[in-house]
Amino acid sequence: MLSWMAWTWQTAAFFIALFAAIGVITFIEIRWPGTSERKGVLRLTTTRGDRLFLGLLGSAYISLAWLGIFGTPLWVPLGLAIAWLIFCFWKV
Amino acid sequence: MKTQNQKAWFFVLPVLLLVAFNALIPMMTVVNYSVQETFGNNVFFWHGVGWFEDLLNSERFHAALGRQILFTTIILLIEIPLGIVIALAMPRKGIWVPVCLVLMALPMLIPWNVVGAMWNIFTLPDIGLLGYLMNTTLGIDYDMTQDPFAAWVTIVTMDVWHWTSLVVLLCYAGLVSIPDAYYQAAKIDGASSWSVFRYIQLPKMKQVLTIAILLRFMDSFNIYTEVFVMTGGGPGNSTTFLSIDLVKIALGQFDLGPAAAMSLIYFAITLLVSWLFYTLMTKDDGK
Repeated sequence: MLSWMAWTWQTAAFFIALFAAIGVITFIEIRWPGTSERKGVLRLTTTRGDRLFLGLLGSAYISLAWLGIFGTPLWVPLGLAIAWLIFCFWKV
Repeated sequence: MKTQNQKAWFFVLPVLLLVAFNALIPMMTVVNYSVQETFGNNVFFWHGVGWFEDLLNSERFHAALGRQILFTTIILLIEIPLGIVIALAMPRKGIWVPVCLVLMALPMLIPWNVVGAMWNIFTLPDIGLLGYLMNTTLGIDYDMTQDPFAAWVTIVTMDVWHWTSLVVLLCYAGLVSIPDAYYQAAKIDGASSWSVFRYIQLPKMKQVLTIAILLRFMDSFNIYTEVFVMTGGGPGNSTTFLSIDLVKIALGQFDLGPAAAMSLIYFAITLLVSWLFYTLMTKDDGK
């Protein structure tokens, strides 16, 4: 049924992780509503969702920039992206 | 502030389903394509991030992206100030209000492909009104199909004609919502017309301007139909924007992998710039 979507296990894992992340922040928001808003180092008022968005978008740019400048493999940008995600949830 | 209940989420569900079918699932398919190679018949081979690497080092992609950024910059620099000026000049009361509003709305009612065809015929040197006027009457050498500069001028003029109205109407909506008391106070204080604009009208228009800039950025950054109908990306590659190049790769060459990778980079750029515009323009709203 879904063969037209040309799934691979790598992309499936990527989307499962993505939707799981959205699921987790949704669950936290339902369980403890309205507790995540704060002003971080960027002087922006962000919620948990904003921080996840920024973290993922930044990770995409880190990977693309590394790929454009140094090429493969992508282990270093993966580490940088994880560090960026942690930074987003911790400080932004 | 504590949220009392979460029932509102159920009202959002139908929209979520709709978005899933018309945006999310196609987007997921594009991600799947971007890491694979296909020779048709729904048979795919794993290619990893190879397409992204090729694309990020491709001169063709850099050139198309450069043209796209240049086009969007020119469009925003012309349409936003022009839209504000026209909105300020429009009458606020009387019989001319509906006349102006209808005149402003007219270009936006015309479908994109019709706009392209109209301007194409309009500018043809032999039969088009503008082309004939420029070449024969004024003696200016103007041929959009041969000269890249003429093609750019024509496309920019076409877009300004088609979409400045949107900025005008949004700004006008912002302007008419300003109560008269503000102007009266400014008059008592002896404020100049510049001060009235800078400290009353511009701040009151800020929110609609945010929307206008966002919409014009996204539309001009994703422009396809008008340019495709008018120039097809030519002469040469001079008006081959990212969107046109993308369709050439995806549908012309049927290279789904590179096209998917290009779409995702295109999407990431649009997303980042839109987020930056929105965040910077609404940053102080909470104060």
